[in-house]
Parts: sequence; C-alpha cells; structure tokens
Amino acid sequence: MPKVTFIAHDGKRSEVEAKSGESLMLAAVLNKVAGIDADCGGQCACATCHVFIEPPWSALMPPIADNEEEMLNFTAERKEYSRLACQIPITDALDGLTVSMPDGQH
Amino acid sequence: MSTATANPTDARQRAYSLPLESLDPSDPALFVDDSVVHYFERLRREDPVHRTHSPNPIFGDFWSITKYNDIMAVDTNHHVFSSDWSQGGITIGDRPINERFQMFIAMDPPKHDVQRKAVSPIVAPGNLANMEALIRERTRFVLDGLPRNETFNWVEKVSVELTTLMLATLFDFPLEDRRLLTYWSDVATAVPEVLVGVADPELAAKKRLQEMGKMAEYMTRLWNERVNAAPKTDLISMLAHNPATRNMGPVEFMGNCVLLIVGGNDTTRNSMSGSLLAMSRHPEEWAKLRANPALVDSMVPEIIRWQTPLAHMRRTALADTELNGKKIRKGDKVVMWYLSGNRDESVIDQPERFIIDRPRPRQHMAFGFGIHRCVGNRLAELQLKILWEEILARFPVIEVVGEPVRVRNNFVRGYSELPVRIPG
Repeated sequence: MPKVTFIAHDGKRSEVEAKSGESLMLAAVLNKVAGIDADCGGQCACATCHVFIEPPWSALMPPIADNEEEMLNFTAERKEYSRLACQIPITDALDGLTVSMPDGQH
Repeated sequence: MSTATANPTDARQRAYSLPLESLDPSDPALFVDDSVVHYFERLRREDPVHRTHSPNPIFGDFWSITKYNDIMAVDTNHHVFSSDWSQGGITIGDRPINERFQMFIAMDPPKHDVQRKAVSPIVAPGNLANMEALIRERTRFVLDGLPRNETFNWVEKVSVELTTLMLATLFDFPLEDRRLLTYWSDVATAVPEVLVGVADPELAAKKRLQEMGKMAEYMTRLWNERVNAAPKTDLISMLAHNPATRNMGPVEFMGNCVLLIVGGNDTTRNSMSGSLLAMSRHPEEWAKLRANPALVDSMVPEIIRWQTPLAHMRRTALADTELNGKKIRKGDKVVMWYLSGNRDESVIDQPERFIIDRPRPRQHMAFGFGIHRCVGNRLAELQLKILWEEILARFPVIEVVGEPVRVRNNFVRGYSELPVRIPG
C-alpha cells in the first residue's frame, strides 16, 4: 500500500498507509490526520481538504478540473501547488508522496 | 408566552393528512410552531422534488428540494442554478427588481468571486486566532453578568448581545450604537407580510427600504471616514480599499452591508439560542459534554445542523434540466430546504436526535456547499465553541423554564424568546 506523509502547518508529520483507488482526502480522514476537515465528504464542494503538493510529486497529479479550480479560488492560502485532496486518487506510483497543509481549513 | 411548540403527534398527522399536491412548507406559520419538520419528512419520503404552490404571491410557484443529495446537486451546479439577484436572488420571496439586495451572495461568477475575496480574509484562519482572546473575554463578561435565580430571556441577554458585539468588531462599528446592527438585520430578513409591524405588504416594503436607506447612510459615513485613511482590518475598510469593491455603486454597497450584517448576526444568534434548547432537551448529551469537555469540537457542528439557522437558499434555473426524475424548466424557482437536507434519514443517522459525538458532524448542509458556502463558518464555530467552554466553566445547569417563541419566517429559523433560569 502506498505510504503518504502529511505535514501539518506546525511541522508535525503523519505517515499513513493509503489505499490505491481511494482519494488522498480519505487517506487523511480514515487515518485521523488532523488538519484535513473534508466537510463535504469528497464532493469538491467545500475546499476544506486543501493541501500543497510540490515538485517532484506535482508532476504526477491529475490536472485541476474547473470545479476544483473554482473551490480552490476561495481558499485562504491559495498557492501555486494548491490542490483539494478529495480530487487526487491514490495510485501505486504515489508511494512516498509528501503533502503539506495550510494553517486552517476554511 | 404567546406560542408553543405544536403537539408533535397532531402536527405530524396533519402533515400526512393533506393532499400531497397541496403541501406547502413555505408557510411562515409552520415555522412558528416548528411543525414544518413533519411536512419535510413527508416530502422526503413521497415527493422529494416537489412542485409547490404558495397562496402568497410573494412566494408563488417553486420547486421544494428536500433530500440531502438533491440539494447538494443544485448547490454545486451554479452554472445551471443561478443565485444572481437579477434572476431572483437567494431567498424564496420575489421582490420587485428595485427592492432586491445586490450583494455578492446574490451574484454569479465572476463578480461574486472578486467581491467575496475582498472580505474573506477577515475570517481566514490566521485572523480567527487573533480574535479568539477578545471573543473569550466578552463571552466571560456577558455570562458573568447574567442574573441568578430569576427568569430571563437568553436570546436577548446572551445570543443577541454576543453576536452584536462580534459584528460591531468586524465592522469597527461604534459600540454604543451596536443594537442598530441587530435591528437592521431583523428588518432585512423579515418576511414581507410581517415586516416591522406593518401588515400591508406594499407599506411594509416601503418601510423596509426606508430603514435600509438609513443603514446605508450610517455605513456610508463610516466608509467616507475610512476610504481616505490608511487601510485597516475592518470590513468597511476592506471594501473601501479593495480594487474590486471600492467603486461599488450605492445599491451594491447597501446590498453587501446587508449581507455581512445578516450573515454575521441572525445565524450565529439563533444557533446560540438553539444550542441551549437542544442541550436542555437532551440532558444525556449535556452530561456527556460535562464528562468529556473535548466533545465541544464535535458538538458545535451538531448544534449548527440541529438548528439550521437558515432554513433555505433559493436558486433560479438558467436552462431546462432534470433533478431526481423531475423536469425543471428554465426560469423556475428552486428552493433548497437545508433544514430538510439536515434531517435526511438516508444520509444522516437518526437525524431527529441531537448527538454531540457523531462520527462526521461537519457533513451538515447548514453552511451550504459550493462557491456560495458560508464565508464565516469557522468564525461561527469559534463563537459557539467559546460560549460552551465558558458555560461549562461556570454553570452546572441552566434551566429552560418555558417554551421558546420562534420567529415567523421561512428563511431565518430562529427564536425571539427563550426563557431560562440559572440557579445560584
């Protein structure tokens, strides 16, 4: 199972085992990673699973769809490598993925 | 007390005895005794996308959407379901075009996006952390000043006072005039037929515009003081200094003031009142919280679900479409009943119960979903969290000693009175 590391705003690291086919958001929620709220449950409708996925991992990400772009647009800390974790499917190629989180989900 | 909660058995029987096609959950009277929840239960079971006719021409003909997933489908499809004031806006009441509030919640992209972003930093996570100490200090002050061993109105002394103080801070509004904010909010959201004590709808609409004009005048004075000063962090300064909003016309300025006042006022106020009502009706949950105060984090979203302080949002279809088997025509009015979605038994386990340790408490729809999702949601949660932390630290018990008085309104679901007594 691919391993994913979430780095909280305060630097705290959580390494979890993710399941291929599930979303990055679920990997956080099912492993009780603090800092991913996921209010809408994965419908790309609340932007509370905001994460930053930087190079080299960013190159392996699916493109940002229009609805994800619209929701990201309203996050407090939109950056170049912002993504919504619910829109990222876990694959075996993402074993070792590291993502960081903003200082709050809003 | 002038009203009471309806006898639930009778009210439920009545909701099930009416012909289905005549079922109209928008009748404001159903919100006074809270019997509307039975109408919603029946609609979810028998006709979840329900063509509704209200005898009140202000509400008229519309679709009542009552199930969680259907509401989510409408709320996240802003390309088909418009919020724009020019189409009809975001509430069920149809008003003449010159009486509609031009505020960013009632705009579609791209204008909505830039105006929303002008004010959203005030409720961003970093800024909330800065506000926490002030909110706690005020909450302590208000709670410490409450009378003991006598009946008082929790709505007035706690819910209105705390939310109005918060709102005054966000606007940097003169504290001595802060109750004006409460008054303007009430006038803006009153259903036309019961507006500020005026029975005649035309006169009521005129009175409403007059009062909103006075609000705009007051707010314009603050704007003029701030537009030429160095930018500060209050809402008026933010609007006055942001390129997207600094050239707003008077109508948009008034509209956005209404939005920010109502958004930060009725909603949290009625959740604060509802929280005490919910806890007093579910003493086992209060005991749970006392035993484990950390549960306040999951209790807060449950309060907001249970109360659902805004019962609906409205959209207008921009094209023919289909929803759960029903054909919606271009131009149709579509009402998403959040109050019903938050009681949808197919998505939420035992939705009629208030349970402070639900596994996924934040899945509720009370903030809406999609691009118009409540911008102040985390501030509202913070205010409620601090209120209950400070209640726990002070009062072993707060007795609700009579029935609440609910407001006659199908948009704002709230209370004007909640009689309580604190032994001490």
